[in-house]
Amino acid sequence: MAYDKFTVLSSTAVPLPIENVDTDQIIPARFLKATKREGFDENLFRDWRYNPDNTPKQDFVLNNPIYTGKILVGGRNFGSGSSREHAAWAIYDYGFRCVVSSFFADIFKNNSMNIGILPVTVSEGFLHQIFTAIENDPNTLIEVSLEAQTITLVSTGEKESFDINGYKKHNLMNGFDDIDFLHNIKTEITAFAENSKY
Amino acid sequence: MSNKPQTLFDKVWDAHIVKQVADGPDVLFIDRHFIHEVTSPVAFLGLKNRNVDVMFPEKTFATADHNTPTINQHLPVADVLSANQLKALEENSAKYGISHWGLGNPKNGIVHVVGPENGITLPGMTIVCGDSHTSTHGAFGCIAFGIGTSEVEMVLASQCIMQPKPKKMRINVHGSMGKGVTPKDVVLYIISKLTAAGATGYFVEFAGPVFEEMSMEGRMTVCNMSIEMGARGGMIAPDETTFNYINGREKAPKGEAWVNSLAYWKTLKTDEGSVFDIEYNYEGADIEPMITYGTNPGMGMGISQRIPTAEGMESGKVSYEKSLSYMGFDEDQPMLGKKIDYVFIGSCTNGRIEDFRAFASIVKGRKKADNVTAWVVPGSHVVEQQIKDEGILDILIEAGFELRQPGCSACLAMNDDKIPVGKYAVSTSNRNFEGRQGPGARTLLASPLVAAAAAVTGIITDPRTLIG
Ligand code: SF4
Repeated sequence: MAYDKFTVLSSTAVPLPIENVDTDQIIPARFLKATKREGFDENLFRDWRYNPDNTPKQDFVLNNPIYTGKILVGGRNFGSGSSREHAAWAIYDYGFRCVVSSFFADIFKNNSMNIGILPVTVSEGFLHQIFTAIENDPNTLIEVSLEAQTITLVSTGEKESFDINGYKKHNLMNGFDDIDFLHNIKTEITAFAENSKY
Repeated sequence: MSNKPQTLFDKVWDAHIVKQVADGPDVLFIDRHFIHEVTSPVAFLGLKNRNVDVMFPEKTFATADHNTPTINQHLPVADVLSANQLKALEENSAKYGISHWGLGNPKNGIVHVVGPENGITLPGMTIVCGDSHTSTHGAFGCIAFGIGTSEVEMVLASQCIMQPKPKKMRINVHGSMGKGVTPKDVVLYIISKLTAAGATGYFVEFAGPVFEEMSMEGRMTVCNMSIEMGARGGMIAPDETTFNYINGREKAPKGEAWVNSLAYWKTLKTDEGSVFDIEYNYEGADIEPMITYGTNPGMGMGISQRIPTAEGMESGKVSYEKSLSYMGFDEDQPMLGKKIDYVFIGSCTNGRIEDFRAFASIVKGRKKADNVTAWVVPGSHVVEQQIKDEGILDILIEAGFELRQPGCSACLAMNDDKIPVGKYAVSTSNRNFEGRQGPGARTLLASPLVAAAAAVTGIITDPRTLIG
């Protein structure tokens, strides 16, 4: 699936200061019935966002117009639980390109990078700083540079570096995915398969 | 190869590296790929759009389970979207020449139950599936883990996956399991100690006498839940118990191939002196029947204890309180004696024959409590048949229970098996997230014994008081 290249993102952010946001919250199982990748954004955080009668829950952050932007900031252990890539699709389709947290669940992190969302892991302290900054001013600008591997609170200039392996970085910056890579080493894979035990 | 001592994990991982990418992941060859109806359709769509074929269709196995009804499976599936997904799986499998066990097929069942049951899962393999509980297969000494849909597409297209090598953790449980304590309690205990994120970034090996003494069913329950501590997967070294389980199963090697396989499988253990990045030790004697009280699997406690207070929390007091309020519980309350509404026994965690034997051992000669709705759902048709053959069905019926047809059912509540808003369900499945078993549902994870004790008393009951 082609996705937008990621270089530098400068945006306001949506805060979700809750820990252990699991994929069942990001998108409940009953919305996984599609056979196409369409419309998942409508059900992003479905049960936190809407009442059972489908009216919006006013106190949920996505229903609060003062918070907007392409960056989602979540509490520790974001994306735990199921392997459903639908969770990452819902986040991407809603318009987020970057998720910031102090800790990500493994599968969610992989899924995100595979579809063009950059997961940025920051320290607990910096995460707290970001939440406070947004709380004080919802228009707080955050700049994420994949090239420089930094995340910056633009108004104060406070910044932190983040880790990402060179291979994934290259992919995200160019809009490539793993299948492109694997396609080019098909001969090696075939040779390996011939000696496989199973 | 050097003579440096190696862990089981390293042996299996290293044997599957096709290529190492500089400053990047390893390209890992995948021996077995399981697919189901929910996470595969978009992957097949991707293949079609790229105009690429399935590289090794004989290494992929399809089964329908996540989104299937557990009654009247002979009728057309009423839910249009679910029916579409099932149809897509069938058509995609046929198109690419992939083995498909759809609804009604005698081999159909939950993917992580049918793989081992049919000898598809063998020691030393790499196994992936678009379902996080793929870690179940680690019970056979496999590296098995859940993947997302892009990766499903990747494996279909190239039989490979690109993964950085995780760190290594070993969890040793010494001694033995006490009365009324099951493998589910052992793993819930470990998760309660490590927390739901405690093993993130690691691949776990479970070792020590408690696991050595465990049946394959029990080992599968433990490895199944390794994802609930955040681990990429968990594994247990194969031994005689493993080999006896596999021997004679349909797709297991036979004759000379069996002898050769066995010789290889016996090398699959962690060498003396191997180093892990981190190691934990627990005592079997410290583990009592467990139950969860919150909204992640790390929020578990011994059944006779009181709900922990927020004071002791390292962090996340707000999240903790939110979680308790969702559950309708208060800190420092006992769990014993709380009234419950539903009981669910089944899922890839506890939907195997041993689990129904355990359930029946308590239910036998007793009656289902009137306030309880119970869903008894076998993991596969094979398990269903065993339940009938062993006379367990008679015990269940006598006690007022019904047996449903195989599938994931209330584990993720994609089909009609949903727990209603605000109701309490004692479940043998693996996740107690908000809404996991239906919007507003309150899940208490536990073993088949604890589930049975709750089913016959209508309240949370220590199963040890019901065992003779
Ligand atoms: S029973 Fe639950 S955890 Fe297991 S495969 Fe089905 S949905 Fe996944």
